[in-house]
Amino acid sequence: MATGIRTESEAVGLATRSTRGEVDGWRDQPVLLRLVSIALFAGIWEIAGRIPVSFAFPTFSATFTAFIGLIADGSLPLAYVSTLQPLLLGIVLSAFLGVGLGTLCGLWRTGEWLLIPVFIVLQAAPVAAFIPMVTFVYGIGMTAKTLAVMILALPVIVLNTYKAVRNVNESLVVMCRSFLGTRWQVVTQIVLPDASPVIFAGLRLGVAAGFVGVVLAELLITPTGIGDLITFHRSRADYAEMYATIASIIALSTLTLIVLQWIEVRVFRPETRGA
Amino acid sequence: MRAAVLRKEPSSMPAPIDPIVEVRGISKSYGSTEALRGIDLDFPRGKLTSLLGPSGCGKTTLLKIIAGLIKANAGSIAVDGKVVTAPGPERAFVFQDFALMPWATALRNVAFGLELRGKARAEREEIARHYIAEVGLAGFEDKYPHQLSGGMRQRVGLARALSVDADVLLLDEPFSAVDEQNRRKFQEDLIRLRSNQNKTFIFVTHSIEEAVYISDRIVLLSPRPGRVSQIIEPEIDRSGDPDLIHRDKHYLDTVQEIWQGLKQYAE
Repeated sequence: MATGIRTESEAVGLATRSTRGEVDGWRDQPVLLRLVSIALFAGIWEIAGRIPVSFAFPTFSATFTAFIGLIADGSLPLAYVSTLQPLLLGIVLSAFLGVGLGTLCGLWRTGEWLLIPVFIVLQAAPVAAFIPMVTFVYGIGMTAKTLAVMILALPVIVLNTYKAVRNVNESLVVMCRSFLGTRWQVVTQIVLPDASPVIFAGLRLGVAAGFVGVVLAELLITPTGIGDLITFHRSRADYAEMYATIASIIALSTLTLIVLQWIEVRVFRPETRGA
Repeated sequence: MRAAVLRKEPSSMPAPIDPIVEVRGISKSYGSTEALRGIDLDFPRGKLTSLLGPSGCGKTTLLKIIAGLIKANAGSIAVDGKVVTAPGPERAFVFQDFALMPWATALRNVAFGLELRGKARAEREEIARHYIAEVGLAGFEDKYPHQLSGGMRQRVGLARALSVDADVLLLDEPFSAVDEQNRRKFQEDLIRLRSNQNKTFIFVTHSIEEAVYISDRIVLLSPRPGRVSQIIEPEIDRSGDPDLIHRDKHYLDTVQEIWQGLKQYAE
């Protein structure tokens, strides 16, 4: 009898364990879960569009069809050619300048006093208000758009880098010095890798802000690129096309952030891979 | 009876033969707090000397001054007869908190000192592999520090210090962040390692047992301000079974003697 009970409980225990294993296995499929998340979002969008929430709110399927149409007639690719140039230029400049200035301020007291207050004010200010001013000075070309990206992206990159460098693990710096590391080696081998998680958090925020900057510039000042495409379809009440354009830039921004995270883990912090 | 065990050395006695590190008149203050006052010490070549004392006696400060990581207010440090004021290739440091780069594997951490000196990758990794095996970590070369236990991390720290081939190893309470069982094992391994490495060890500890167990020479420091109060040379035979040392009469007597001297500083 007792044996029977024990066997039974063992069997139950085994069953529970294997079920849990299956659940874990299912949860360990992040790709599948992400697809489910996207499908769920598309489904809710479709339903909301069919109710409809607003006459200006298209369904997911209509938006997707419009997206294919925009690619087919070349207007979306053409808009991206015009938008991506200042965006890429602005983000790359902000990334290098921002990490450089932030590191300098983190290591050098005078630089900190000179620059950090400026960036704190810039980060607190509603910088979008500067964009008309930038147009006034630099016209409506590429320079103005690039500057719009930079004034939004730079402060958060500088401030994050500065904070990360200031809070570097002092004991690793001492270790590097004791093993005869030069000042340059201390910065490149210890300070930057140690600060990289926070620097990359700043870069992600900066890149997202850069997307905001370029779209704002195109909506406010230079009717070109993605901003122009949004304005154009809104004025014609082509809401599906308008939403398709907006969704495409959101998707691109998300993709950029994912790539950035991948670079961070691959290049700078390999120990966090799979953790 | 104690006199048989301990050889007290008044400062008037001649310096031991062939000191590799000479400390002359070192004083250090932090603001109004006097950490070290007029330290004169010689560290004999090839020996393991411990700096032992209660917290606040400045033993870690003295070690970091010898390492060139902290500047003294007065006095000088000479290694092999040459006055030094900054870190140099003849000294290597083992840190209390291990100071391993979390983003680097054990292999890269061990090879880091050589990497900073610009040694080619293949060459420095070969040396690093040798010392990783030497400290008993073979097979863990590609692990990251967070995948290793405290004791294993400090073995990485020790291998890093060994691989730069310095004559003097400076160890700052290397076992204080390691759990008791691993500490005992590590102490035994250190005794074994010492016998096949021709190096001078300067070892900071607050553990009397640890100091007596591993040291050829113990420098007792007294606190506020830090001064040399006594130098003891425990005459313990470490060639046999390391477990027997813990039951050795000289070992037990020396521990007791030091405790009697340090008791007054306990709070």
